[in-house]
Amino acid sequence: MLDVALSFAVILVVFLVLPLIVGQTEHKVMAHMQSRLGPMYAGGFHGWAQLIADGVKFAQKEDVIPAAADRRVFMIAPGVALVPYLVVLIAIPFDRDFVAVDLSLGLFFVLAVMGVGVLGSIMAGWASANKYSVLGGMRSAAQLMSYELPLVLAAASVAMAAGTLSLPGIVEAWQWWWLPWQAVGGVVFFVAGLAELRRPPFDMPIAESEIIMGPMTEYTGMRFALFMLAEYAGIVVLSFLTTVLFLGGWHGPFLPGWLWTLVKVFALAFVVIWLRVTYPRLREDQLQKLAWAVLVPLALFQLALTGVVKVLV
Amino acid sequence: MTEAVPSYLSPTGQEIVFLLLGAVAVGSALLVVTTKQLVHAALWLVLCFGALAGGYLVLTAEFVAWVQVLIYVGAVIVLLLFGIMLTRAPIGRSADLDSRNRPVAALVAVATAAVLVTVVIDAFRTAYTPLTPGGGAASELGASVFATWVLPFEALSVLLLAALIGAIVLSRTDIRGTTQPESPAPTPPRPPTEPSSSAATHGDTVEPPTSSETATSDHGGAVTPPGDRQGGATSDETGGA
Repeated sequence: MLDVALSFAVILVVFLVLPLIVGQTEHKVMAHMQSRLGPMYAGGFHGWAQLIADGVKFAQKEDVIPAAADRRVFMIAPGVALVPYLVVLIAIPFDRDFVAVDLSLGLFFVLAVMGVGVLGSIMAGWASANKYSVLGGMRSAAQLMSYELPLVLAAASVAMAAGTLSLPGIVEAWQWWWLPWQAVGGVVFFVAGLAELRRPPFDMPIAESEIIMGPMTEYTGMRFALFMLAEYAGIVVLSFLTTVLFLGGWHGPFLPGWLWTLVKVFALAFVVIWLRVTYPRLREDQLQKLAWAVLVPLALFQLALTGVVKVLV
Repeated sequence: MTEAVPSYLSPTGQEIVFLLLGAVAVGSALLVVTTKQLVHAALWLVLCFGALAGGYLVLTAEFVAWVQVLIYVGAVIVLLLFGIMLTRAPIGRSADLDSRNRPVAALVAVATAAVLVTVVIDAFRTAYTPLTPGGGAASELGASVFATWVLPFEALSVLLLAALIGAIVLSRTDIRGTTQPESPAPTPPRPPTEPSSSAATHGDTVEPPTSSETATSDHGGAVTPPGDRQGGATSDETGGA
């Protein structure tokens, strides 16, 4: 019982701290990639407390709900967007024998619960009574429906290779030569996951330069902060999942296992930020074309490759 | 399935949770059909499906439970909401959601429920099976699907494939039997003398339509390719995180 309580406490800390670190890293990395300094004042040393200051600012803001909005749906939407990512962390192994709940169907659980998060975006888009928000919500829905398929197919390839759906079981079965073997699936999974998080270059649903943050247009204060936290928690969860499924989780020389997991997670989070700074936003038709004409065939190819190698070896 | 029935007077925790989930499922399902707000109906359906998934979990059918969440909550509801928002999704009550078929629909629903309940009760009566964890795991399910139930599985696959092909055929206009020519025949340009002469006689300041009109009619049905449009490619420079 104490074990379970301890692991849930660790998960809560991870859930609250890692997104903040990723957010701060994004501030600084983006700034330096664009020849800026980024936040420098808050906290003294290179603006390390910027996000804490942001949090204080958000907490002080007035919580505005538009008069025409559907109040109840508007109010619970940020929660629906955030909570699934917290729930997903329960099934993710940090180290050998360090996972809160070892579900025998962990992979399915994780994919199923992650998909629910998009409902929050759709609910927010509809309930805001704002035409930009509705557009953003619909774009979220369309994007989720296209990218869910390559995501699940790529994950299925790893499950086939490992012969289990349990996340610790998958990491346990992982060998170094899975890196080239599952490389295509890994890229497909990561890209489709990015699209599901609506991160640039897949941020058509929240495109701030044309539909003004889409579903989040009408949100202020803490509710907006919750959406932001959901976005960064999503990055953390996606990096964890890619690490666990494709990069071998805790496997690695010299360092302890949990540290290897964290190193891989932060490397992937850096790639997420890097992609945001590098690529322009995809147009809606390019977005759909990438999912159906590139990612789905690649994922199917990876499935076939996995099957062939699995039978031969 | 023929073990002794334990007393109903001291229900286990599992049974209590199952009953509660059933109440949530039935209650939210009733709200789906009685609410006057279209989008709320879809959202109550999320709760209904979630309670169903919880019911599967209690019955140790883990795989079915997560598939229920993945497919129904994650895909079907999202598709449904997308459809509603694409057509009409007013905030607030819609007065025209009820039709005159309401009593008939209620009758059909009650009759269906009665048939199902009667059949289930009559078939199983006091049969009882203890739930063993792991019975609904992926390996068990996979073994039985691909060994015992392989024929229904293949039949369902063919059905789904047929539906997929049907959807593609319906949505693509270029694979009909008789293909029509892409560009319609260009309309013959008007004789340029007539409008200019009329403008001259009326003394109006109408511009002579010769150059612009002939230019457009020359192009005929040529469509500008969608790739021409400049993408909204703006990378976020300020980092509004």
